[in-house]
Amino acid sequence: MIRYLGKRIIFMLISLFLIVTATFFIMKAVPGGPFTSEKQVPPEIKAALEAKYKLNLPLHEQYFEYLKGVVTWDLGPSFTEKSSTVNDMISRGFPVSAHLGAQALLLAIFGGITLGVIAALNHNKWQDYSAMVIAVLGLSVPSFILASFYQYIFAIQLGWFPIAKWEGFEYTILPSLALAASPMAFIARLTRSNMIEVMGQDYIKTAKAKGLHTVAITVKHAIRNALLPVVTYLGPLIAGILTGAFVIERIFGVPGLGREFVLSITNRDYTVIMGTTVFYSIILVVMILIVDIAYTLVDPRIKLSDAGKE
Amino acid sequence: MKKNVFALVSSIAVLGTALAGCGGGQPAAAPPAGGTTPAPSQPATPAAEKKPQVLKMNLHSEPPTADPGLAEDTTSGAIILATFDGLTRIGTDDKPHEAAAESYTVSDDKLTYTFKIRDAKWSNGDPVTAHDFEYAWKRALDPKTASNYAYQLYYVKNGEKANKGEAKLDEVGVKALDDKTLEVKLENPTPYFLELLAFRTYFPVNKKVIEANPKWAGEASSHVGNGPFKIESWEHKSKMVLVKNENYWDKDNVKLEKIEFSMVEDENTELSMFENGEIDWAGAPMSALPTDAISALKEQGKIQTKPIAGTYWYKFNTEKPPFNNIKVRKAFAYSIDRQALIDNILQTGQIPATGAVPPSMVLNPNGYFKDKDLENAKKLLEEGLKEVGMSKLPPITLSYNTSEAHKKIAEAIQDQWKKNLGVDVKLENKEWKVYLEDMHEGNFQIGRMGWLGDFNDPINFLELFKDKMGGNNDTRWENAKYKDLLNQSAKESDLEKRKKILADAEQILMDEMPIMPIYWYTQSWVQKPEVKGVHQTGLGDVDWKGAYIE
Repeated sequence: MIRYLGKRIIFMLISLFLIVTATFFIMKAVPGGPFTSEKQVPPEIKAALEAKYKLNLPLHEQYFEYLKGVVTWDLGPSFTEKSSTVNDMISRGFPVSAHLGAQALLLAIFGGITLGVIAALNHNKWQDYSAMVIAVLGLSVPSFILASFYQYIFAIQLGWFPIAKWEGFEYTILPSLALAASPMAFIARLTRSNMIEVMGQDYIKTAKAKGLHTVAITVKHAIRNALLPVVTYLGPLIAGILTGAFVIERIFGVPGLGREFVLSITNRDYTVIMGTTVFYSIILVVMILIVDIAYTLVDPRIKLSDAGKE
Repeated sequence: MKKNVFALVSSIAVLGTALAGCGGGQPAAAPPAGGTTPAPSQPATPAAEKKPQVLKMNLHSEPPTADPGLAEDTTSGAIILATFDGLTRIGTDDKPHEAAAESYTVSDDKLTYTFKIRDAKWSNGDPVTAHDFEYAWKRALDPKTASNYAYQLYYVKNGEKANKGEAKLDEVGVKALDDKTLEVKLENPTPYFLELLAFRTYFPVNKKVIEANPKWAGEASSHVGNGPFKIESWEHKSKMVLVKNENYWDKDNVKLEKIEFSMVEDENTELSMFENGEIDWAGAPMSALPTDAISALKEQGKIQTKPIAGTYWYKFNTEKPPFNNIKVRKAFAYSIDRQALIDNILQTGQIPATGAVPPSMVLNPNGYFKDKDLENAKKLLEEGLKEVGMSKLPPITLSYNTSEAHKKIAEAIQDQWKKNLGVDVKLENKEWKVYLEDMHEGNFQIGRMGWLGDFNDPINFLELFKDKMGGNNDTRWENAKYKDLLNQSAKESDLEKRKKILADAEQILMDEMPIMPIYWYTQSWVQKPEVKGVHQTGLGDVDWKGAYIE
């Protein structure tokens, strides 16, 4: 187990290194830079700006400088937000995104699994159909439409929640619901199809035959097996949802990290592009590792080893 | 089966439109229904006590900095104008008035200004002195500061040289003779210098504060200004609160106690918040109204517009055929119907541009050509083609940066060229920074651009096309006479003569037409009627100094 983890961590570091390298060079290859603007400044000012942000160094030196920055977790100053560093931006934005993401995640997981189980247990009955209609809607309606719809119904018409901003618990509900919709629908469908499959297995029939209660069968035997694919999906989902959702954050005026991802590219804010990408990648690889460990908890048959035979 | 699917799809479509109809109909229907409630409350208000002087606004996005020397954008600019005071400040008459300077004298050659600094205090209690100005200007010009807007200080003697590292900062023509006297020497007589002083790069900064904390302008706790308001709290990307600065010299004329800013980037959300009464203002100058909502707002008579000093134009690449020919360029410029474009597409009272310089600084109020001059356009195109020896036009591409608004305009103009000139034009859009780089490198035939004035003087617009490779020319057009006239205008201290020289220059620009002016910008917004005294300058800046709630 320890050997396995050690190996995984080394691979994680290699992937991170590759991500940083690829992002760095692709970013530099994109035309336009942080100082390309509609009102062009005299070349001397541009040179001074480039010197200040060390963009005048040869590319490989910039690259090594940057690697050094990543290792020491000093991600540099932002080009657009003159008074902030990338570290500042991440430490301000991430807690907000993580809060919103965690709420949405809880909604998505519990809502999704519940819907999926109900649908599977009532296979081809009205409960199944209504659960799946909800799921299809959740998957196919884009989040910006859903978000505006929620705003219109719950904030403007009913006045239950504030339209936007981020100032207290009541402000978090609509964005969480909007953010949870699509993963919840996905989890519901995943759970349903696996449950249906599992419910047809011999050991379930055995359990039924020996007279176990339906609830016990579902909770103890079926759900556990049906959840494996859901757990797989959770890794990337958690990383994605915790590091922010641009559209939802924009519509609800949430000061999260999601906007930095997108806007930094438009602004060619090099340090922010790199910083947010590295940060996201770290969370992603860690989550994938955690998911692999979680497999053993859900399904004791899976053992973590690097022997390759199980 | 097929039929069923069709029926289903069409019924969903019908349902969708019906729902959309409801969505659009309800808010429109709301005012008559809700109209009864505000009415009785209105007479009640005068009886009630004076309204709390709190203005609620949306700032759209996080101000990147509140440092006057480094700010580049309008959001930062608005916060800086609220929290700082320059030597002058633009008044409600759109003219500069003494602010941090109590009085000033100008030498006869108009090259030396001497300012007497008013007795005033920074928001932390330090006195505002002439040294703060000297320090601020030199700091902005210092190449190490890398200020993007340092060129605004090039009018000061040796400003440009110091910024480019060709002269020492000590040689810059700004000097505090004592705590209360500031002497400024200029390169040329600059008739708009007093107005420039109201621009943020000319604002003072508190030396002690900056030297103690280089990140002073990023947090409410460390920010120090000398303006009508000070920053009380700043939750990044979420909200900012400005309160009245009790140390401000003119605090008796500042009526607002507080301005609360939210930072919501989505324009539809902003408008919903306004309609729900959460904010007092939506749209320009801090943000924009959603384009889809404009016609409805207009019908309800809610929308307000104001012209600002900016021109939306298409640039021709004058080095690539067929636009190396003046007549072809003119034919394209004359053949579009600007008024129809404004009435049908833009819808917010823009003014058809028949010159490069916007109305607030106009040189020739009659314009230089006629909008929709189809006859001349056709004739010019024929002659132009003959001159370049072509029987028909090569494929032509109109480029713009990716945006719904630019796309609509480009499509309308493409259609007008097709109808009025019989020319097929292809459209092409590119991501903003890629687009800018292509424009600056000359990789275009016709390209969209615009220019918003930095100060209210025609030179600001005309100078763009002075040098062929000048940073903002893009058209690769150059004209010796034009250049000469602009150089003359810089030396001329007689205002009338200067205006004549600049008008001659604009005439040349419009005779050769490297750019095709389309419209002069306006700003549009909605606001609560009780908000008064918010001053929007002709340049599109906003000053809340005199604002109040009635």
